[in-house]
Amino acid sequence: MAESEAEVPKAKPRPIVRLGIFLISHSCLFSVICCTAGVLTLLLLPVLAKNTYISENALMPGSANPMFSSQEVSEANRLVKSLTSLDSKPVGSGIESQRLIAEYMSDLGAEISYHKFYPRSNQFHPLHFFSYPDSGSTRENVSCISHGLNTVGIIRAPRGDGKEAIVLVTPYNSLKVGPGEALSLGIAYSVFSLLTQVTWLAKDIIWLVADSRYGEYAAVNAWLRDYHMPVFSGLSALKAEICPVSNVHNELKENSVTERKINDGFRRAGTMATALVIKVTDGSEHFEDSLSIYAEASNGQMPNLDLINIVNYLAVHRQGLRVKVEKMRSLINCKWLKILGEILQSLGHVAKSLNPQWKFGIPAKDYVEGAATLASSLYYQALGVPTGPHGAFRDYEIDAITMEISSRVALNNKARKNDFLLRGGRLIEGVIRTVNNLLEKFHQSFFLYLLTSPSKFVSVGVYMIAFALLVASLPVVAASLYADAHKVDPSFGIDKSTPQASATDELSITPRSCKWLNAAKKVFLVHLWGAVVSFLPYFICQIPSCTPTTSFVVWVLLSSFSLPILSLILGSSFSYGRPSQPQKRDWTLLKSVTISAAFIGLCLMSVINFATAEIGALLMVPMCLMAQPLKLDIRSRKLRKFLRVACNLALGFLGFPPAGFFVLKGAFEGFGGITVGDFWSWLESIWSWSSATYLYIGWFERTRS
Amino acid sequence: MAHLPRPTLSLFLVLSLQIIFSAIAFGSDFQESDEEEFSEELLLRPLPDRKVLAHFHFESRAPPSLSDSHGRHHHLFPKAIAQLVQKFRVKEMELSFTQGRWNYDRWGGFDPISSSNAKPPGVELWAAFDVPQYLVDASWKNLTHTLSGLFCASINFLESSTTYSAPEWSFHPSSGSLRYGTLPREAVCTENLTPWLKLLPCRDKAGLSVLMDRPSIYRGFYHSQQLRLTSPEFEGRLESGIVLKQTLTVVLQPDSQGASNTYSSETKLQPSWSLSSIFGRKVTSRCVLAKSSNIYLQLEGGLVTELENVRKENVISWIDNVGSEGWRTNPFFDLSVNPDSVLREVNSLHGSSSSVLYEYSVAKYSDSRPFDLGLKWKSPVVWSCPQAPLHASRFLMGSGNERGAIAISLISTGLNEHFLGANIVEGSCKLEVDIFQVVPWYVKVYYHTLRVFVNGQPQAVTDVVEKMRVSPSEDKVSPGVMELVLKFPCDVKSAALTLEFDKGFLHIDEYPPDANQGFDIPSAIISFPNFHARTHYFEDSSLKRSPMLSKFQEKSRVRSYSEVLLVPLTTPDFSMPYNVITITCTAFALYFGSLLNVLRRRVGEEERFLKNRAAKKAGRLAQLLSMLSAKIRGKKWEHPQSPSASSSFISLKLIVKVVLVTGIAIAWQYYSQ
Repeated sequence: MAESEAEVPKAKPRPIVRLGIFLISHSCLFSVICCTAGVLTLLLLPVLAKNTYISENALMPGSANPMFSSQEVSEANRLVKSLTSLDSKPVGSGIESQRLIAEYMSDLGAEISYHKFYPRSNQFHPLHFFSYPDSGSTRENVSCISHGLNTVGIIRAPRGDGKEAIVLVTPYNSLKVGPGEALSLGIAYSVFSLLTQVTWLAKDIIWLVADSRYGEYAAVNAWLRDYHMPVFSGLSALKAEICPVSNVHNELKENSVTERKINDGFRRAGTMATALVIKVTDGSEHFEDSLSIYAEASNGQMPNLDLINIVNYLAVHRQGLRVKVEKMRSLINCKWLKILGEILQSLGHVAKSLNPQWKFGIPAKDYVEGAATLASSLYYQALGVPTGPHGAFRDYEIDAITMEISSRVALNNKARKNDFLLRGGRLIEGVIRTVNNLLEKFHQSFFLYLLTSPSKFVSVGVYMIAFALLVASLPVVAASLYADAHKVDPSFGIDKSTPQASATDELSITPRSCKWLNAAKKVFLVHLWGAVVSFLPYFICQIPSCTPTTSFVVWVLLSSFSLPILSLILGSSFSYGRPSQPQKRDWTLLKSVTISAAFIGLCLMSVINFATAEIGALLMVPMCLMAQPLKLDIRSRKLRKFLRVACNLALGFLGFPPAGFFVLKGAFEGFGGITVGDFWSWLESIWSWSSATYLYIGWFERTRS
Repeated sequence: MAHLPRPTLSLFLVLSLQIIFSAIAFGSDFQESDEEEFSEELLLRPLPDRKVLAHFHFESRAPPSLSDSHGRHHHLFPKAIAQLVQKFRVKEMELSFTQGRWNYDRWGGFDPISSSNAKPPGVELWAAFDVPQYLVDASWKNLTHTLSGLFCASINFLESSTTYSAPEWSFHPSSGSLRYGTLPREAVCTENLTPWLKLLPCRDKAGLSVLMDRPSIYRGFYHSQQLRLTSPEFEGRLESGIVLKQTLTVVLQPDSQGASNTYSSETKLQPSWSLSSIFGRKVTSRCVLAKSSNIYLQLEGGLVTELENVRKENVISWIDNVGSEGWRTNPFFDLSVNPDSVLREVNSLHGSSSSVLYEYSVAKYSDSRPFDLGLKWKSPVVWSCPQAPLHASRFLMGSGNERGAIAISLISTGLNEHFLGANIVEGSCKLEVDIFQVVPWYVKVYYHTLRVFVNGQPQAVTDVVEKMRVSPSEDKVSPGVMELVLKFPCDVKSAALTLEFDKGFLHIDEYPPDANQGFDIPSAIISFPNFHARTHYFEDSSLKRSPMLSKFQEKSRVRSYSEVLLVPLTTPDFSMPYNVITITCTAFALYFGSLLNVLRRRVGEEERFLKNRAAKKAGRLAQLLSMLSAKIRGKKWEHPQSPSASSSFISLKLIVKVVLVTGIAIAWQYYSQ
């Protein structure tokens, strides 16, 4: 109790200090309450979600009647027909389709240019996580044969000043144009042809037909890189010397009517305001035409919420499409979530019956859906891997989303197809017109949010609470451990209640700080080991021709060897003797330092990528709090202790990233067919996005001291 | 000719010297300068990308104002302009309002119109003054305010020294007292056109300006109204007075009859047009005050070449076919009206062909017989416009809110190959390019980072840059100005210049409205001093009468403007002041609260109290509860005598009461529904 410490009859300490002392002395209870509250708040987030609203008044979505008519639909059909007929021909060298699209574009009076790019192999740079993509980096392994060819068409706004542009992106595989891709090209083309005639255009329109032969993201990213960071020095000339065969422009220009208009140069159109990636998938839906929105970009960055809002608004209220965002399907059938949802629903009913003003109850079905969406939103933000080609735009601070329109039935029926094209085209026209209304860039609405449904969101102010509650217990526990360490120490006669007070004590500072430094050194060593482990893959992937499995094995071996080597170099011992009293004190200090390091790390991470920090906190906070040396526990054979050991081991196992990955994967996809190589490739995909998660995983291991 | 109205002249002169006056009206140069005169002209030119260029040219001349002619009465010349010239001693001035961009690729970049009438979007103003150096800035400021009032535009924003600059040699050869400023964001509208029209003697009530139907001219793809003023009298040349040239350049899209034509993949037929279809009006009469009132139809060199290629199959050259039908009809198009005369360009520099000018005099037409020129295309034809030797484009590089780079890329259009042959005699053939670039101060350009690439190879700056003048920007005082003279080899294919910059921070009240849009970097001016945009036509008596054609013959360098750039800068959250106020108030409240607490605390009392309590060792929780209950009941809290018993008793009572009240409240809520 607090009185026991505040016995000394001197001036009462300040209330805030008293509160601190109170919390520290009840740290166990406090941490349990905080953690439970944190988890509960996280589970409550779907209930706390607010409806979205269009924050920027200048957008005025849907205020104009769509001009997109059946004439444009016939245009789209024309392009789709010629693309599919091209595809049936055996020639298909890949360049045919680009030329065809370019011809269509130039007939509309657009400016056309081709953009040739070489796909880059995924290069992992351990120190390039948060830096901007730079143009000067590796281009050495450019092969002559494998290049992609983007086609870019630009409409200049008739009376605009050309300072801003809106980008339409249609990724398609130039080797084999699928029906969905052809339809997406058709929609984009029809919108493009409409936009050449309209008078309201204030921003230029860029239509990027991305050659997704080497991945959609790679094509878009290559174009954006050349748009923002062109290389003037003689690389192009050099390439032409090395690869004389692949001079695409010559191939393209032969017998072309539009020859004169197609410029070799890279054409630009000002600062990009917004980008829309359009995709069409075919016949997978059961009920009605639907629209999926993908928004997550690298490192959990999201586009402005207003962009999602206007797409959602126009799709639902103007075109009658069903809007979806990604959700975790496995969670929808979860029993406990359903039960929780029902409890919350009944609670909501009771609350409503008490006071009709309280409307926090939502139906159980909505709750489960919201939770599933929230989970996937958290997962993709935490993973840091963009969910589509729109992710490339976010690196240049351009708001972008991917819109995937899918139709109810297979589009064989002509009338059905026309209707689909009409709705898709009107939707995109509406979005472009709305963005065109905007004088400034998107800034009014949220950038930090989680979606629980296309029309509901949790803003940063709400979801921070869960994280803050989870994390709050860490400093308190660390402080109480520190205090305990001094209390059990027999060498100190006077019992100081707080670390602040102990710091003032001139006499005892030297031995105590040494102890503290010892623990810190140990923690630092483990962290260093974690850093080495996380940088090892960079060197491993330099080894040519190895399968994921072998490289994983190499990684495990190297990392386990590196720990003793490191400890040898730094000269610190890990031998625990008999569990005597000073040993135990050492251990308490060590735990205290570990927990404070974890706290600082989590707080920093929450600034960089909130979702990662949240998930990390969920895993690590219990682990940190419950960690006990095994030897001490095993010695005393009580059931309670044994349970604790079991918990510790389970959490440690979960916390170890490969194991955690397996368990998660197993839970979601079933345990069949998981190999060790899977983990390697998963990790590899994370690096290649130079994701912060990767750093995090490495850091994860360090906390397991 | 005697019926020319001169209402203000004395009756005596009108009666007795009619013949002499008629001679003056069309007379020799000497007499011309003695009299105010006005002329109106319109040039129409079909453009390769199915559009039509219309270029109105109005010119007013005032005779030199002699020293004793203060308060001179003007007949035709706008008094506002004359006063402005007199007051600020403006040697030369040009003001342009532009909407849209000139497309140098498709509409040409070498002819006089594109080099002197293609302007950057927004407002551009430059003026040279005939005043001592230290007075130039003051004159400029006064001039901007005057023009702002005159043209209903925010030209007065050019007053601030951060917006204008003083180019020394790259912009205009005669400088020193020249100031240059642009407002890229100025919206151009009819309210700017109306005061401009008021300067014309016939306004838009008669003459060619009748064609200026507001909806049709603002529907166009490019719209630039310009006012150019020269008053050579300050330079000591007393023989000529003030010359005011007002031009309006619009690029219009004629309505094509068959919309289906637009999409056909075969070569397209140009849309036919007439004056009434593109402007919605016809020319009914000339402005009676105008000395000359002509309409020209210009066929570009490229088009003429195409025509001649076809005509070669026939024996007769169509241009020499003097019969009137020869003018009107040819395999490509029909003209609805016979031209009065045909002028041909001589000494064309580029290519083999030379442009052709059809001249129509409006004087013959009247209300009953309005003039409506029509052009009907019969067969598709493709041609291209003459291009400037290098096509310039400017763009931003980099991303993020910290730094970036400006790049100017120059790509050869192939024109200089013609000159290669001509200039090779001199030994080393060099292509000279002048670049003039103004950058606002919040874009902090590092001029030492200038890098030049020629044909994809990095070059030492000193090899390429012939002459350079840089005046770095000063925060909140002056913009950065860079003037460069570059010399490239004649066979240059592409060249690029890059300059790195840091993005600065503005004070919160310096942000303009709509700050989140970004900030503009005004257009760079790229000019080619070796190339002159001039068009000679066969010497003709009509030529002397036409100020527009004589302007085309003036030797002016080929010039092009680059794009306006938009730099996104970091913008604060503008609700931040509110937050700051809130936080400050909270901090103050905390501070004063604790200060008050310290002041009113009695330390002795507190120690006694503590001792008391230590003696009692009462359970704090119980005390707290009893205190709370006392507070709730509104009684003064008394120290419990028997702490353990009473506290538990009170707490029990309290709990019972709370439960009771809650139960009643719930029941009441439940049943009241």
